[in-house]
Amino acid sequence: MTSPAASATPSRRVAVLRAGPQALVTDLGRPGYAHLGVPPSGALDPGALRLANRLAGNPEGTAGLEVLLGGLELRAGAACTMAVTGPAAVLHVDGAAADSHAPVHLDAGAVLRLGAPTQGLRNWVAISGGIAVDAELGSRATDLLSGLGPAPLRDGDTLPLGLPDGLPVGADVVVPTAVDDPLTVPVLLGPRDGWIEDAARRLAATSWTVSESSNRVGLRLEGEPMPRAAAFEGAELPSEPVLTGAVQVPANGLPVIFLADHPVTGGYPVVAVVLPEALPALAQARPGSALRLQPAAATARRPRR
Amino acid sequence: MQLLPCGPDALLVELGSLREVDAVRAGLARAALPEVAELVPAARTVLVAVRPGAGLDGVRAALEGIDPADDAPERSGRTVTLPVRYDGPDLDLVAETAGCSVDDVITTHSQPVYTVAFNGFVPGFGYLTGLAPELQQPRLERPRERVPAGAVGIAGEFTGAYPRPSPGGWRLVGSTDAELFDPRRELPALLHPGDQVRIQVLE
Repeated sequence: MTSPAASATPSRRVAVLRAGPQALVTDLGRPGYAHLGVPPSGALDPGALRLANRLAGNPEGTAGLEVLLGGLELRAGAACTMAVTGPAAVLHVDGAAADSHAPVHLDAGAVLRLGAPTQGLRNWVAISGGIAVDAELGSRATDLLSGLGPAPLRDGDTLPLGLPDGLPVGADVVVPTAVDDPLTVPVLLGPRDGWIEDAARRLAATSWTVSESSNRVGLRLEGEPMPRAAAFEGAELPSEPVLTGAVQVPANGLPVIFLADHPVTGGYPVVAVVLPEALPALAQARPGSALRLQPAAATARRPRR
Repeated sequence: MQLLPCGPDALLVELGSLREVDAVRAGLARAALPEVAELVPAARTVLVAVRPGAGLDGVRAALEGIDPADDAPERSGRTVTLPVRYDGPDLDLVAETAGCSVDDVITTHSQPVYTVAFNGFVPGFGYLTGLAPELQQPRLERPRERVPAGAVGIAGEFTGAYPRPSPGGWRLVGSTDAELFDPRRELPALLHPGDQVRIQVLE
């Protein structure tokens, strides 16, 4: 993984000694291109990435890393500042314990090791100057569905860094992301709740379990399958656009909540949409954890920010 | 035109036909509302999403001023010529289903001026409408695991070209060398909703 920026400043890079279960380059994604078939992608918890960037002295949308269950080891090619956000996680710099949710200085050659979060799934890592791979449609984020952006990190990769243009910002206390189990997720009904028999009651009444096959495309839920309403049994829905947070009910009746790398259209009914402010918590829902959906009618509008 | 709720920051507009979808998409594009973050047409629906918290009143007002029956929506003004070599592996099947010769299939497929109704499936995959009725045929019973980039196919009321290798069930009639999607180009997708598409037959 190289770019012109890397050759201009050869020491400004980090070496990926170990990528762990899954580490992806991420930023705020590619909103606004759905009409071209391009998923939004980007950090599953944009607020956590923004915070990591502020701590490391970067503009908030700078490219960093989204790390699933730790296992990441990076060696700094040049002195830099890193910051880790998300749920509380243990990190070490050259073997010495260091704090998450605070700027961490690395000398040239120092190794940062990020452990798995004690709760939840994902952490975000910002590095001063940001990761300077080439942008595609204005974003450097890896999109696991469409293949846009760089491939997931592998052991031995080298990531070019940009030039820092701000100072790391310390704070007395930055609170790690809380992880709830069971997680309660507020949703607004529609557009196709009528396709499912008694959709609101069934969504709310079931204690859903997060499936092993969940990923950045969607959070798959296990529980009591939701049957079609009689009027829509066997009906085919022409593919229609879907949003991040859409709760789609495919043929097997088990809901899928679409996350950032979701397809832009889908051919199964979407019975509800997760409120945007509740999406970041979905990034931390471990397989096997419990999830409750809390439906509200779309007319019961929440207060505007 | 029916407005369906789609979370706090979006509406799904349900319509009766692709023509109505095009009219509503074009009308909303013309309205150029600053709060609109995504405007996504599909087969019978248009999704309009606004920036979080911006509210949907402006979108509702704009929709009131749009007549979905307007059959001359403002085009994007772009006409794209797609060079196609008719060498698809399903040409014989398509001809047999249509009850005509392969030459007839080529003539029938290459003559219309198509319209990009919407994109989806993979980045840059345009669903083109205007396909002759005899070429409106079902998908393959068994989809291919890998359709090569540039393959030109038909399915139902649509024709289209695969921007990159992917699984696919469309009946393949030809291939194009056109670069359908390049994320580093200023206009990454060759085909945008509303574009007109002519086919140039390559021997």
